[in-house]
Amino acid sequence: MKKSLISIRDFTKEEILHILETAKEFEQNPVQDFLTGKVIASLFFEPSTRTRLSFETAVNRLGARVIGFSDASNTSQSKGETLKDTIKMVNNYVDMIIMRHPLEGSSRYASEVADVPVVNAGDGANQHPSQTLLDLYSILQTQGTLDGLTINMVGDLKYGRTTHSLLQAMSHFKTKFVFTAPDELKMPKEYKEFLDSKGIEYIETASLEEHLNNCDILYMTRVQQERFTDPIEYERVKDCYSLDAEMLANVKDNMKILHPLPRVNEISQDVDETPYAYYFKQAENGLYVRMAIISYLLGHRPLR
Amino acid sequence: MSQKELKVSALENGTVLDHIPAENVYKALEILDLKDIESQITIGINLVSKQHGKKGIIKIADKFFEDDELNKLSLIAPDATVNVIRDFKVVEKKKLEIPKEIRGIGRCMNPKCVTNHQPIETRFSTAKKGDKISLLCHFCEKTTDSKGLF
Ligand SMILES: [Zn+2]
Repeated sequence: MKKSLISIRDFTKEEILHILETAKEFEQNPVQDFLTGKVIASLFFEPSTRTRLSFETAVNRLGARVIGFSDASNTSQSKGETLKDTIKMVNNYVDMIIMRHPLEGSSRYASEVADVPVVNAGDGANQHPSQTLLDLYSILQTQGTLDGLTINMVGDLKYGRTTHSLLQAMSHFKTKFVFTAPDELKMPKEYKEFLDSKGIEYIETASLEEHLNNCDILYMTRVQQERFTDPIEYERVKDCYSLDAEMLANVKDNMKILHPLPRVNEISQDVDETPYAYYFKQAENGLYVRMAIISYLLGHRPLR
Repeated sequence: MSQKELKVSALENGTVLDHIPAENVYKALEILDLKDIESQITIGINLVSKQHGKKGIIKIADKFFEDDELNKLSLIAPDATVNVIRDFKVVEKKKLEIPKEIRGIGRCMNPKCVTNHQPIETRFSTAKKGDKISLLCHFCEKTTDSKGLF
């Protein structure tokens, strides 16, 4: 049966661990062209150079070819074609569709219209599951385990989809959370209720210093202007946190800083040189994780 | 005609939907797709109910519904009762059940949801929280409460 990856909730704990295991294999041996002869569509209805290059590199490394577009402004969608018709058309040509779209739920809908697997590369503020899996891979790589860790999420916890998906995924493991956010950007109630229902502990604070020294992962996020409807609210919170090297004097030795990138002012340049910075390696990991996702969904690295 | 007479006006065969919140009677007609049918429909609004303050009632002659159709009403009229009438007698009385999934009625509250921009049938799974029903959108994964649905 065809399987797509739309939301991190589509994968069981077993599947998540399998993807991470497979990604490790690709990190050790990144040139494996067993998808030679396959064609994969990369449909970016909104531009995202970083994510698109990572996915398209993954496709190329596996030996398949890419068709698609990086911006919807010159496509038939801009002439009023429905999403359904675009997907139906592309579906005839390819073995898989990777898509990013500004509307929430668009990838789920596409996966129901298409006969081939669909990978969600971001649907508005909703889900971006390959980001979540590469976050998990980076956590596992730096800590040696996913169990029993303390994860401190910092910044925009209200609109930041990466923190919401990571929280859902980490709920499979015995995680403790710290939510560091200003009042305006606190973790939404529905996610806290989700954690309550699973019996998972969390602490909320507005102070970055307060729990900096007792976490294993510091997950920093950018406050994204495009998610705000109120420009005054954005101005008030955009530079709420700024991490510099001096603040890291007493953190745990194993602590690593992750960030979905691009960063703006929330991590100062001098942090890059410390042993705690891991965000550039985290971005690189995206390639191996995406190779693993594509292989798995096309049946080349099945669950045993 | 007095209110009392209207309430008891006899129906030979058909369905009586009682205890609908007065303000939701028109929505109920819409959900049951009764706007264009031929049968005689009697509607009462702002009738006095002992339990619920002001209520509404809908009587539809010669029309019988599947449970699935009626259960959609539970979103706007959770306490409604259904009386099936045959030969002037109530032959069946039932309460509504909240369906696990509802399709094609209502709109997602999320303005960025794909269902609000493309010709797509809405689809929600339901969850009861206290006396409120919340609806999880199958597409955008956001929760809408049943009040915001219409
Ligand atoms: Zn929706």
